Amino acid sequence: MLRAAPRPTVRTVDPGRRSQAVAGWILASPFVVVFVAFTAGPVLASLGMSFTDIRSTDLRTPFAVEFVGLSNYADLVQDPVFRKVTVNTLLYLLLGVPLTMAVAMLVAVGLNSVARLRGFFRVAFYLPVVTSIVAVSVVWKYIYRDEGGLLNTALSWFGIDGPGWLDSTTTALPSLVVMAVWRNFGTLMVIFLAGLQTVPQEHLEAAEVDGAGAWRRFRHITLPTMRPVLLFGAVITGIGYLQFFEEAFVMTKGGPLDSTRSVTFFTYDQFSYGNYGYAAAASYLLFLAIVVLTLVQFRLLRERD
Amino acid sequence: MSETQVRTPRWLYAVLTIGLLLVVLPFAWMLVSSFKPEAEVRAVPPTWWPQTVTAENYDTLFTRLDFPTYFLNSAIVALAVTAGNVVFCSMLGYALAKLEFPGKRVLFVVVLGTLMVPGVVTFVPLFVLTTNLNLTNTLPGMILPFLAGPFGVFLIRQYVLGLPDELIQAARVDGAGELTIFARVIMPLCGPALATLAVLTFLTSWNNFLWPLVVATSEDKYTLPVALALYAVGQNATQYGLLLAGSVVVVLPVLVVFLLLQRYIVQGIAMTGIK
Repeated sequence: MLRAAPRPTVRTVDPGRRSQAVAGWILASPFVVVFVAFTAGPVLASLGMSFTDIRSTDLRTPFAVEFVGLSNYADLVQDPVFRKVTVNTLLYLLLGVPLTMAVAMLVAVGLNSVARLRGFFRVAFYLPVVTSIVAVSVVWKYIYRDEGGLLNTALSWFGIDGPGWLDSTTTALPSLVVMAVWRNFGTLMVIFLAGLQTVPQEHLEAAEVDGAGAWRRFRHITLPTMRPVLLFGAVITGIGYLQFFEEAFVMTKGGPLDSTRSVTFFTYDQFSYGNYGYAAAASYLLFLAIVVLTLVQFRLLRERD
Repeated sequence: MSETQVRTPRWLYAVLTIGLLLVVLPFAWMLVSSFKPEAEVRAVPPTWWPQTVTAENYDTLFTRLDFPTYFLNSAIVALAVTAGNVVFCSMLGYALAKLEFPGKRVLFVVVLGTLMVPGVVTFVPLFVLTTNLNLTNTLPGMILPFLAGPFGVFLIRQYVLGLPDELIQAARVDGAGELTIFARVIMPLCGPALATLAVLTFLTSWNNFLWPLVVATSEDKYTLPVALALYAVGQNATQYGLLLAGSVVVVLPVLVVFLLLQRYIVQGIAMTGIK
């Protein structure tokens, strides 16, 4: 079973080769068993299920189901709720990614030009990232409360009468995005801060001597140097927003009128209703979006470098 | 470089401090308000310092509601998942970095390829699987799917690649077997990477939500985030003080772990570029 590679090698036969092969597979096997059963297997099974009519009643006989071809996907495209949650998810992506990146970049640039307390600020700004989304959502639900919410109380000091941020179809989704930005920017801040260290100081100094202001130096030297980092940051942040779920689950239950329901939320709903095949198809469309986003990143990274 | 660093403008510290307040205030308000009686939490306008300090919210959580069980479930799941990842990922990570064996390249590509697979893609078939293994609504059913993740393999592999091959060659010359080399020569050198992996896995598992929500079907199997979320959208949705105290219980252990071990987390991001 564990033979050396069959193709002839120019190297002399190494007696250590065989023991390396054996050791390699001994070390790999526990991971591989768990990984195949609980990750790789389900990824393929999910695709398979999306072509069947499997429901919760088939739970004990998952192979005795009808093959329905692409009909789950066809139904999804027609489903007004799925259309709505797709638009919502795109809104999370299109609002969340630029906002998160802008905040992370502002903070990173600020920290990069600070001589003291940099480590302290970095830890503090990273805090929300490690905390449970469910827990911070509970807190933010009260921050956004209409009467007696912290946000509206603060606004009232300036004479502004704030709405019930989570109660209206126009403000609920942006409010969730703002909370998500608050929760997520720390990761990108750390990555951007590391990226800023790679910007060649000589170029910045030379530009300063030539009379370029801070903004022009940032725009024409810092940003181009950081292009790969920015792209990577945009993609991992985008993947996160495409999976938006917990915030809406806790703060709005997907409402009002499905205005905050996401594709992941939709998949969870369909699973709860027992429509397993339909849920799997919805999750695979989301997966497809994530794969496309990742491939676009690789494509863009190769283009100029 | 030194010039700009010496002249840090005062206003920058002021701006950063305002930012700091915006980040920390929600946590501070959560902690302070969790000690207010229910009526005061609902007060309009809200109070900052509690007028009456009370531990009744925590008392309710831990005596009337079953938070000790949820806490225990969360801890067991997170510790088991962490142990599994530290052991399994370091084994495979080392093999991928330093050993030659058939199928290595394919294995690496497949594992790396699943790094971006979201939990929402696998939870439906996983539920079918755990049901047929009779693991639904059990702690092993929550633990097993997360026991061996691609992130840990990637992290350990990157770290071990940086260790010199001569160490391994020398041990081989001395007659050490391959598995002994892994356990006695390489692992003792991987302390920082293992610590990073352990901290990040623990935090991710502690905060994990979708899978525990799906697989825990009775209250005694809830983890903390599941219990908190279901209370927040269920019949306790208006018990503000109670929910804020619950949030404190979920967040506090994580903040302690983070503040004690934060350098390993920042290292991890630097090592892999991923949270």
